[in-house]
Amino acid sequence: MSAAETSPPANVAGRESAPPRPLWHLVLVRPETLTLVLLILGVIVASRLSPYFLDIGYILRSFALSAEIALVALVLTMVIIAGEIDLSPAANMALSACIFAWAQASGVPIPLAVLLGLLAGLAMGGVNAFFVIVMQLPSIIVTIGTLILYRGLAQILAGDRSIRIAEGFIGVDRILVLGVPLPVVVFVLAAIVLALVLGGTIFGRQIYQIGTNEVAARHAGIRSRRIKLILFLMIGVVAAIAGIMTASRLGSVRYDLALGKELEMVLMAMLGGTYIFGGRGTIPGTFLAAWLLVVVSTGMTVANLLPAIQMTVLGILLIVSIIATNFIYSRTQR
Amino acid sequence: MTGPAALSQTQVPLISARGISKQFAGVEVLRDVDLDLRVGEIHALLGENGAGKSTFAKILAGVHRPTTGTIALNGEQVEVANPVVAQRLGITLIHQEPISFPDLSVAENLVLGRSEDGWFSPVPWAKMTRDARALMDLLGVDIDVTQPMRGLSIADQQMVEIARALASDSRLIIMDEPTAPLTPREVETLFGIARRLRSEGRTIVFISHRLEEVRALCDRVTIFRDGNKVGTHTIDELTDADIIRLMIGRPLKEYLHKPRTEIGAVALEVENLTLPGRFEAISFSVRRGEIVGLGGLVGAGRTDVARAIFGVAPALSGTIRINGKQATIREPDDAIALGLAFVPEDRAQAGIFRSLSVEQNITAAVPARIAPRGFIRRSVEKALSSEAIRSLRVRLASARQPIGELSGGNQQKAILARWLLTDPTVLILDEPTRGIDIGVKAEFYDRIGELAASGRAILLISSELPELLALSDRILVMSEGRLTAEFPRAEASQEKIMKAAVPRSATLGEAA
Repeated sequence: MSAAETSPPANVAGRESAPPRPLWHLVLVRPETLTLVLLILGVIVASRLSPYFLDIGYILRSFALSAEIALVALVLTMVIIAGEIDLSPAANMALSACIFAWAQASGVPIPLAVLLGLLAGLAMGGVNAFFVIVMQLPSIIVTIGTLILYRGLAQILAGDRSIRIAEGFIGVDRILVLGVPLPVVVFVLAAIVLALVLGGTIFGRQIYQIGTNEVAARHAGIRSRRIKLILFLMIGVVAAIAGIMTASRLGSVRYDLALGKELEMVLMAMLGGTYIFGGRGTIPGTFLAAWLLVVVSTGMTVANLLPAIQMTVLGILLIVSIIATNFIYSRTQR
Repeated sequence: MTGPAALSQTQVPLISARGISKQFAGVEVLRDVDLDLRVGEIHALLGENGAGKSTFAKILAGVHRPTTGTIALNGEQVEVANPVVAQRLGITLIHQEPISFPDLSVAENLVLGRSEDGWFSPVPWAKMTRDARALMDLLGVDIDVTQPMRGLSIADQQMVEIARALASDSRLIIMDEPTAPLTPREVETLFGIARRLRSEGRTIVFISHRLEEVRALCDRVTIFRDGNKVGTHTIDELTDADIIRLMIGRPLKEYLHKPRTEIGAVALEVENLTLPGRFEAISFSVRRGEIVGLGGLVGAGRTDVARAIFGVAPALSGTIRINGKQATIREPDDAIALGLAFVPEDRAQAGIFRSLSVEQNITAAVPARIAPRGFIRRSVEKALSSEAIRSLRVRLASARQPIGELSGGNQQKAILARWLLTDPTVLILDEPTRGIDIGVKAEFYDRIGELAASGRAILLISSELPELLALSDRILVMSEGRLTAEFPRAEASQEKIMKAAVPRSATLGEAA
């Protein structure tokens, strides 16, 4: 009868559904578990290479150099879970930092310059959202386009020179809160807030739902376009915050700020177990992956590995993490 | 099995199928079918949706392999393992909307998959174009073979498919509902070509719902019902009424009839709802406590009407009133706020979140209830979903397991549970029992009856006539995007519904 088209597999008699899995199984198949194990391994190996690694202060100072990227990766995780992607935030960081630096260099008061930078970031997120949501274009193409566009605008604005940052605004990474550099504090706080939002609110849950099945989400009355708009605006603003923090850390801004860092952001999300096709992933996963990445790359630097080899290792890491996540999800999904 | 005419024919049939059965995932869709196709005849396959006629055609064309049974071609047993083998044997299936490469030219599409040349031999452009032109001349159609496929009308694309069949010298050409997307003129052209092919000694299998077309074109008909062959007759032996009776003549299953309920005020009213190309001037109403059945063939526009009312793909014009008040529904969200609920036909596509928990699936449409202050309260969520699971008897291991692990029937119950939590006034059910085991179906019928009894208005779309007849207070029938009939429960019958559902059959009433 009409079952001909897509009849589900017939029930095995007496067995309506799979038995529940034991708890250890549930924990083991979480992709974050793999990230955590890798992180612990990384710390052990790195501390063998250099005793500095047993100094928590050293790790924190190293992490401060990547905290801006990691901050954006947290929001990117949510964008990917929703079934989209944004490859433009590194370019966004450069353009908003350039706008901020240019404004304060031309005499705009610092708070106003910061606000200008943030608004620029919001606008860039809005442009991405417009093309993806209103024009219905695939986000990967749109954000590759705007990645080039934003970087190009930054170069037009700044030219080849560095724009110096006013003395009073330099050194965000040297501000310590209970011994922890401010960018790291910002990252940790953001991770906590976003983890609560993604894991505990309707907004967060609907992100998973639209990433799992957008058509079904719409049929259940979920306004997926509104959620995606919010996400693109969020990642725009957060990229601007990251850009301005980077400007403060470096003391000057060039158009090539955070050049190529979008890949590192994607790497963090993937390593943390975010599923590239949407619907799965967590903030704690990306949080752990960010630390893993810093430990691995700092460890390689300490071990005097050539940058080219470091790149190779990161590339392999990305591919392995994608294979692992896919494998885990396909095993748990049948 | 075959009519008396068969006895007078001593010629070996082109195709002789014996004992063909087919199961999909344990469900039998074709049962022990014997069928002969003669050289140079046009043979119609008729039956309701899901009767097995298309499955049979696809087995002949190598798309599906039979579970049991044999096929002989010109008296020799053959193994039609796949469409390529079928083509080599001279069997071609013409799809309703031909599958082609829209950006390649007509000539390129004609030779695709048939090239004898090696991978790296140059493309013989000139010869290709010449051959393609010759084929078009042979068919007597005027199609520029150098233009891309994309620019062609569906009728012309079908011609290209037929030309492909001729190019590989097919002896058997199967047309699966070829006329549905065509205009009357195009149908005439197609028929002219079909008759010419017959006169050349080719055999054509013609699948259609339109009886007058079958009558105009075909020599013999074979009628399918519920996966069985009911019979093969020459077309002149049967009246239209006979054909309809044979198509639906199964004994009416004894379903629990819907309990008589108090019928209240109008809850849903649509007037002149129109979405060009899908449906036109649809007007009807559903009262509280009433189940209104919406019957018709697949593609008649029933699902489109439901999707329009629910805001998935809104109508272009017309009005919708909920509880007497005019409603603006642009998104499903709006519809839900107005007390509408919609269980879609395609569960996997539009219903479930496969990898998410049953619990999350059930509470997806009531975010405000599980998160009163922004944060999700697990205890509330658990209470709501487990109550729904209990009342609908969803069988599962744990409410936290992914819904994809449940059987189809239990997934469907979970979707119904989702909508019960919104406490809807109007419930639209689109093929709610599709792909569900018989036992669970009966449970659904009980639930649907109870929902009506609790004062909800229900619009039930179903292709299963016994289901419609058993549950509905009133039955509406759609055909080709229009409402063609309305019957109160007492007056409805399978024959009447089928008559109204079969396109352009308005005159068949006299024949009965």
